[in-house]
Amino acid sequence: MKRGFDLSYLTEEWRKVLDLTLDHLQLTLLAIGLALLIAAPLGMAAARFRWLTFPVLGLLSALYTVPSLAFLVFLIPSLGIGREPTLVALVAYAQIFVVRNIVAGLRGVDPPTLEAAAGIGMTPWQVFRRVRLPLALPVILAGVRTALTTTIGLATLAATIDAGGLGTLLFDGIARAYNAMILAGAIAIAALAIAIDLVMRLLERLTPLARAERARAG
Amino acid sequence: MVLLGPSGCGKTTLLKLVNRLYEPTSGTIAINGVDTRSLPAPALRRRIGYVIQQTGLFPHMRVGENVAVVPRLVGWDKRRIAARVDELLNLVGLPAEEYRKRYPAQLSGGQQQRVGLARALAAEPSTLLMDEPFGALDAITRSRLQDELRRIHGLLGQTVIFVTHDVEEAVRLADRIVVMRDGRVVQDDTPLRILSHPADDFVRDLVGASDVLRRLSLIPVRDAFQSGTPDLTESCPPVAASVDLRAALNLLLDCGAPRLVVVDADARPIGTLDLEAIQRASNVDAGDHETVGAADAAPSRR
Repeated sequence: MKRGFDLSYLTEEWRKVLDLTLDHLQLTLLAIGLALLIAAPLGMAAARFRWLTFPVLGLLSALYTVPSLAFLVFLIPSLGIGREPTLVALVAYAQIFVVRNIVAGLRGVDPPTLEAAAGIGMTPWQVFRRVRLPLALPVILAGVRTALTTTIGLATLAATIDAGGLGTLLFDGIARAYNAMILAGAIAIAALAIAIDLVMRLLERLTPLARAERARAG
Repeated sequence: MVLLGPSGCGKTTLLKLVNRLYEPTSGTIAINGVDTRSLPAPALRRRIGYVIQQTGLFPHMRVGENVAVVPRLVGWDKRRIAARVDELLNLVGLPAEEYRKRYPAQLSGGQQQRVGLARALAAEPSTLLMDEPFGALDAITRSRLQDELRRIHGLLGQTVIFVTHDVEEAVRLADRIVVMRDGRVVQDDTPLRILSHPADDFVRDLVGASDVLRRLSLIPVRDAFQSGTPDLTESCPPVAASVDLRAALNLLLDCGAPRLVVVDADARPIGTLDLEAIQRASNVDAGDHETVGAADAAPSRR
């Protein structure tokens, strides 16, 4: 067996690696999509009502400290193996990043700006939609970016309960002591995480506030 | 109208009651005889311009978009909004071509406050509320913006309710000053009456009523000079009848002559002004100047 930096699997089986990468991406995006559906109302409520902030963020960070493998195993009796328990775990872990940044973003908007918005005649919804949300958006997107890259890493564990993704290459590779396979998986995961990170950073740069800040600097 | 008083006296609260950022616990507030609660609060506020000290500009919107916010809310068509934005930016001294596309963070504090004023005026409100709008600016910028505000007010003639704790500013801008303390109105009068006849010790301390110079700045030469055909051999430059006595006194002391020649608007000599006349005017009961004060601060309302 070859040791060291063996790229043979990546070059010869690139189709399989690509398929698994897309599968991994799909799993990640699905998880983050679902996570946002839950985090948006939760984050808005936690930002709006001070008494909710601490319990919500406390609970979510406690959840995040549960070891991921233990969490997955814990879900097997009720949800079995495969995609469903994996999604549940990924959604749960992503919450803290997204909710925390939604709260920080919405809370971080300068109060006089919001008062001016109301004072010149915006309805509460218009204040939220036209002022508060756009000003919070860069912070919220940064939270989504962290959640995405974290989820890409965590989603490798999906392979342990037969839910596919790039983790397959890692765990199969370990089981078969097939280093080239492990290396292919590791490279693909890292590349995916970096690509997603770049895309999200680009999105952050496109927000109106980021444009305004660039205009000032340039 | 200027609301004047120390911090915490309730002047900002009173202002926010007008546009219902605060709701009154009792009583009613009417604008032009209409109860402010007869409209939904956002609709009411779109008819009232609002300028605050921190500018409250939206940092993610360009200057033009900031000014366009209220006209958009009330549903003007695009062309009308674009024309109005340019008109207002030019009015507040920011050439539209140059400033429309900038972001607030690219402007100085004074320029931002000009944009704040343009935004407040955008949808042609009948009333303008200004909460210490110039409080965070340096003295030179502040006095320039005060002049601009006077000029714009002269052009448009809205009712302006202006909150400040700065007596100089109040005296400069007001037709009417309402002095507040601990949530109560302690005096409601013309600037000259406030300075010359403070209602109590509190107002006296607040306005520094002993300041003769400040009082002189509110009396025009026209009310103090002796008419007659002046001796034109005076070496000092002549003074216009419309100039205030403070400036005239400056001139008199500066050039060292015993008296100044007073000229009318057409530069015809109509009389003289000496130190004694200035002194007399500053000591005269302000009641005699009531008409003058009122005429000088010609109410452009309402």
